[in-house]
Amino acid sequence: MSADLNIILPEIFLSVFAMLGLLFGAYGGKDRLASVFVWATSAVLVAVAAWIGFQGAGTGSAFGGMFVDDGFARFAKVTILLSAAAILLMSENYMARRDLLRFEYPMLIALACVGMMVMVSAGDLIALYMGLELQSLSLYVVAALRRDSVKSTEAGLKYFVLGALSSGLLLYGASLVYGYTGSTLFADVIAAAKGEASVGLLFGLAFIAAGLAFKVSAAPFHMWTPDVYEGSPTPVTAFFATAPKVAAMGLFARVVHDAFGGIVGDWQQILAVLSVASMFLGAIAAIGQTNIKRLMAYSSIAHMGYALMGLAAGTAQGVESMLLYMAIYVTMNVGTFAFILSMEKDGQPVVEINALSLYSKREPLMALAMLLLLFSLAGVPPLVGFFAKYSVLLAAVDAGMAWLAILGVVASVIGAFYYLRIVYLMYFGAEESELDQGGSGILWGFLVASAAAMVFGVVNLFGVEGAAAAAAATLVN
Amino acid sequence: MFLDNPLSMMTFIPLIAAAILGVFLRGSGDAVDRNAKYVALVATALTFLVSLFILAGFDPQDTGFQFVEEGEWILGLTYKMGVDGISVLFVMLTTFLMPITILACWDVKDRVKEYMIAFLVLETLMLGVFCALDLVLFYLFFEGGLIPMFLIIGIWGGKDRIYAAFKFFLYTFFGSVLMLVAMVAMYVDSGTTDITALLNHNFGSETMDIWGFQIIGGLQTLLWLAFFASFAVKMPMWPVHTWLPDAHVQAPTAGSVVLAAILLKLGGYGFLRFNLPMFPVASDLLADFVLWLSAIAIVYTSLVALMQEDMKKLIAYSSVAHMGYVTAGIFAANQQGVDGAIFQMISHGFISGALFLCVGVIYDRMHTREIDAYGGLVNRMPAYAAVFMLFTMANVGLPGTSGFVGEFLTLMGMFQANTWVAAVAATGVILSAAYALWLYRRVVMGDLIKESLKSITDMTARERSIFAPLIVMTILLGVYPSLITDVIGPSVANMLSGYETAVAEFNATSQVADAGGN
Repeated sequence: MSADLNIILPEIFLSVFAMLGLLFGAYGGKDRLASVFVWATSAVLVAVAAWIGFQGAGTGSAFGGMFVDDGFARFAKVTILLSAAAILLMSENYMARRDLLRFEYPMLIALACVGMMVMVSAGDLIALYMGLELQSLSLYVVAALRRDSVKSTEAGLKYFVLGALSSGLLLYGASLVYGYTGSTLFADVIAAAKGEASVGLLFGLAFIAAGLAFKVSAAPFHMWTPDVYEGSPTPVTAFFATAPKVAAMGLFARVVHDAFGGIVGDWQQILAVLSVASMFLGAIAAIGQTNIKRLMAYSSIAHMGYALMGLAAGTAQGVESMLLYMAIYVTMNVGTFAFILSMEKDGQPVVEINALSLYSKREPLMALAMLLLLFSLAGVPPLVGFFAKYSVLLAAVDAGMAWLAILGVVASVIGAFYYLRIVYLMYFGAEESELDQGGSGILWGFLVASAAAMVFGVVNLFGVEGAAAAAAATLVN
Repeated sequence: MFLDNPLSMMTFIPLIAAAILGVFLRGSGDAVDRNAKYVALVATALTFLVSLFILAGFDPQDTGFQFVEEGEWILGLTYKMGVDGISVLFVMLTTFLMPITILACWDVKDRVKEYMIAFLVLETLMLGVFCALDLVLFYLFFEGGLIPMFLIIGIWGGKDRIYAAFKFFLYTFFGSVLMLVAMVAMYVDSGTTDITALLNHNFGSETMDIWGFQIIGGLQTLLWLAFFASFAVKMPMWPVHTWLPDAHVQAPTAGSVVLAAILLKLGGYGFLRFNLPMFPVASDLLADFVLWLSAIAIVYTSLVALMQEDMKKLIAYSSVAHMGYVTAGIFAANQQGVDGAIFQMISHGFISGALFLCVGVIYDRMHTREIDAYGGLVNRMPAYAAVFMLFTMANVGLPGTSGFVGEFLTLMGMFQANTWVAAVAATGVILSAAYALWLYRRVVMGDLIKESLKSITDMTARERSIFAPLIVMTILLGVYPSLITDVIGPSVANMLSGYETAVAEFNATSQVADAGGN
């Protein structure tokens, strides 16, 4: 028993921290201490990330295989925790100035992180559901954090209703899987589904995939994404676009490989279709957007399409490319949202991209950083975003899915258009931008650091590649 | 470490200069602008110097890659650079033209520092393309060039610059992404991205069956088509050339010079580095297709050029026509044809660059490129008239200028490969004389009757000094072409012998198969 607890010690630690924080906040200083909480939570998240990251190799499982601690889980957890910490730091100033900084906010984020950590470590359908719901419930609340705004409450409600629907689908699929294999444990499912699967099991697989596709916002299950992104307070949107996406993709990889690794051919098709639909929908629907948050929503849909392409390859290389893609995607999005958070006019947030007209004259360095990030998001070499796309293409072609790779690159050309449109506004626009100058140092730092990572990462990708390869090797064997 | 790796040193000097400009040069004002220009000029001149050392140390008789550098890189790729007889002269062309380009934009007023940074970054990327010996490294440099060029056209271009910038970017980006998939497929097939290894790898040429279509030449044909799509857009070949006139017209003078003189050559270089030697069977099968496309391009774009009212557009169309000779020469796949194609590319680099500079000279004075707005310039600008005359004649292909050698050699190559194509393409020589001389007559000759031109001044010392090296090179290469053919000859011969062996093998096996079938 104590061995089991040892393995989930980071999760326990983070949960206890969150609960202590809630108690302290409720009985103690209320919202006055919220800023301190944000900093403390970020520090704890980083500390836990370091703890997990430097834990060393090795695979362990707890509670009879319900909770798995392997290289794959650790890679995903470190990415999740670091990006969550970054977003928290970025949001402090924004939330405080709009009177949104409640002490519950950092604690909810911490609890969501616990949920995500359980998700990527799940070795059982019940553990999977538990992690997913812990994450989702925390996120429903933060989406509606701005209670007096109609859009924010609408976003929270939409997210909740559709999220509940997807959870229902997922549960139904899980029940089918249980019915046809007699176990909820991934290890038993994979033993039961070797080579050929019964029709019932395939239905279960399809329902689980649909539920998970909701969570990663892959087309055609993406409908909630633009509205929720638009309605939520911008820091929350930034959070949605990063950590939960990594967790959901990690969970997706975990389920298809750990539970259904014996019937790769069956889920490959599902993932390939999701991937193509997401890439094209994300690329085409974003063209007409003028709200940068909605635009980023479609951009994230398209990016999930590419990550799914890696996963659809069904190989260790595919998982590696997916992890690499997610790590790079998260880095780019942290920078991009730092920029969006700093878009203000007379202290009020601005989300219309037309406000960026000729921004490069006003803030040359920030415009340049954003330019690099946009080209990186579009996947134009020599920026790091290109290597993300390259690695998933390589995985897809290697798995004999050249058609998927071709569709992917065609979508990337369409997608390049709307990223270029922002560049065009910033650099070739007609009238001078009226956005406020300056902005907080933290945002500036994250923006520039993220852009610099896109440039200097070309040298060696900061060693993430090796870590991703090791992580993928533990999942697929 | 740098001195042992002259190619990397040369490639990254401009980038380092750009970083210095970006990080250390703060503020705005005339002093900063002037400093930015001098830093850029010194950096490009230094690059040229280093490239001269490389040329001096280059041994033309060695047909392999020289000055090779190799290092580990990410994702199983290698950082590998090197030059052979085919690429070394493109490197020289680039380093030679860049200082001239920087001098040509001396009078830019708007965001000078950024302008210089864009050009320096562009130079690094272009040099990288010619030196890269790793597929993905090549792609990195090849595509990376789009970013600075997009900004150069979009920020400093003319009236319709935004449309032109988008068209330029999306057209060429679309062409190249298919090449990326092909590169990935090559890596999967051969297990390496090293270009030297890939040159010796035989890609499958067995007939493939895809969705009921019989693909003769199999994998080679598919890969060939993907690469062709990319390079044909870049080149540009008819009918995917339409981005070029727009981009040229809207780009600032220096941008046009780089575009015409160097960026267009990336396509031709790509054909020589990938299509011809790596997919010989597919090249042989599709040679007639390319030859006819080229012939159409030569005649069609020459006719279009005849009717242009915008000087830059006219020269842009003439560039497309001249690139037609290049593609035809390459896919004629014989010594004269390929030698001629490379010669034509180098010479076109000098000539088209100079012609765009000529347009720039009068555009700077009158701010219009309409041919009708000019006339009789010879009366007030004798020196300009003489320079323009020389490059017009070189563009036409007058013997004694470098333009003649390129056209003659490619036509000779074409004649051996396909007589009819050569016959059609030869009419382009006449047409080019028609549009070029007609342009010259309308702009320079006649009486000076337009009021607005009465006070126009002749070229300044800076402008003269820009043209001097171009004039020297055009005439020198025209009277002494073996300067180039001696360098490229052995490498081309080596490549062609490999090509012919592969084609002969394929034909032998397919004949055996046919005989077996009968």
